[in-house]
Amino acid sequence: MSDDVAIVGIGMHPFGRHEGVSGMEQGAAAIRTACADANVKWADLEFAFGGSVAAGNPDSMVSQMGLTGLQFINVVNGCATGGSALISAYNTIKSGAFDLGLAIGFDKHERGAFRVNTGKSGERDWYGGSGMALTTQFFGMKINRYMEEYGITQDALARVSAKAFRNGSMNENAWRRQALSEKEVLQSAMLSYPLTQYMFCSPGEGGVALILARADKAHKYTKNPIFLKSAVVRSRRYGSFEVLAPSLALDYADGPTVDASQKAFEAAGVGPKDIDVAQLQDTESGAEIMHMAENGFCEHGEQEAMLANGDTEITGRLPVNTDGGCLANGEPVGASGLRQVYENVLQLRGDAGKRQVPNDPKVAYTHVYGAPGISGVTILST
Amino acid sequence: MAELSINENVMDLTPEGPRLKGMRCKNCNNHVFPMQKGCPKCTSDDVEEVHLGTKGTLWAWTIQGFPPKAPPYLGETDPSKFEPYGVGYVELPGELKVESRLTVADPTALKSGMEMELVGEKIGKDEEGNDLITFAFAPV
Ligand SMILES: [Zn+2]
Repeated sequence: MSDDVAIVGIGMHPFGRHEGVSGMEQGAAAIRTACADANVKWADLEFAFGGSVAAGNPDSMVSQMGLTGLQFINVVNGCATGGSALISAYNTIKSGAFDLGLAIGFDKHERGAFRVNTGKSGERDWYGGSGMALTTQFFGMKINRYMEEYGITQDALARVSAKAFRNGSMNENAWRRQALSEKEVLQSAMLSYPLTQYMFCSPGEGGVALILARADKAHKYTKNPIFLKSAVVRSRRYGSFEVLAPSLALDYADGPTVDASQKAFEAAGVGPKDIDVAQLQDTESGAEIMHMAENGFCEHGEQEAMLANGDTEITGRLPVNTDGGCLANGEPVGASGLRQVYENVLQLRGDAGKRQVPNDPKVAYTHVYGAPGISGVTILST
Repeated sequence: MAELSINENVMDLTPEGPRLKGMRCKNCNNHVFPMQKGCPKCTSDDVEEVHLGTKGTLWAWTIQGFPPKAPPYLGETDPSKFEPYGVGYVELPGELKVESRLTVADPTALKSGMEMELVGEKIGKDEEGNDLITFAFAPV
């Protein structure tokens, strides 16, 4: 099962706002960088899975990349769109169908909070019309309840944001590269109590491409392949508390993150203690806190002390969101999960520059979560 | 001008006040809002439409601090006139937790477990100038 699939090339178009550059052009730029990194040509790629939610059908990019006839399949899967493209590529190679291919994700969203249209044709959109259907409200409600239940403070929320912007300031591809103090985070506008403006990420733009190969052929392309040990996506079960739900069950079940995480650890044959660096979905700073526990890295409530102690800093015992996460990079949905994998490849290669995790990290973890209650996890190793 | 339900498929306006229309599963007694044609708990399609309860307890809450985008929002979107409003899940005993606007937007006046009841709230106007009424929960 292990070591069957390797990542042999990576490319990224910087995240942020890029006037006059389409989402697809950002995706194409990422592919060209990834091909150069793997020392392959577009014509060498046998297949591609492409993810974009708001920037057009990915497969139409063959007209600018080259009409080589490759198998190109589009993937749209909510906030796990990029991660689902990667999983599809992973399974394609594992199945033996092809030896070399691409996972590409890109996006370009309008400014401000995600606009969610929940109306059915022919009737009034009562959900969005009444002022619900905002993803920000879900995150506010979930962390508000969680803080009450497990004694997490607003200072902990501010610490997560300050860490994100500090890490982002060392990342030339990040959108927000200015460090902010905990005080500045706490004093920014209250968007969805208890979360302030600088505790939320914003929809943004960007593209990430990953080139995957059969592990036994990886050294043809790179001297330091990174192996994809597992890649898992899970949807929600009855009773879980999810974004954009007009009603919830009385029963309570763990969310899809817990399921995806457990399966990914099992498939990779490692546990949370083996992870040297983790990228966890931080749609807002409370999400990073809750996801630390949901992914098995601590017990609920331990995050308060871990953050005060600096455990999740780049130099801490479990560095989290070393590239600044969604908070500093923004969230182009199609690319966001692939950005996390890109960062982990850099960290495992030892190529992360100023934000390099010390002591040669060997095993790395990514986690995405989002609408409509979906989670994707990958585990990489050197 | 009349007062109209924001959407009659999800809420009736009765002389006693608004009533939410949900699904009850005849097989397992699970409830879902709004009405749908299959039960996500037991997978049965033997379901019926019922009026949900009007009293419950607050389970989770936040305060919407910025104007939502219009469309789809029907309420005030001018930042200079916008007033923050509460949003929460209210647990209706034996049925479900329903997401709703709250009539209170002061964090010191909201606490999970507090008793709440269903009320109507004007949210906007339709093309003919009728008031559109949506639902909210108010402290008892
Ligand atoms: Zn049922």
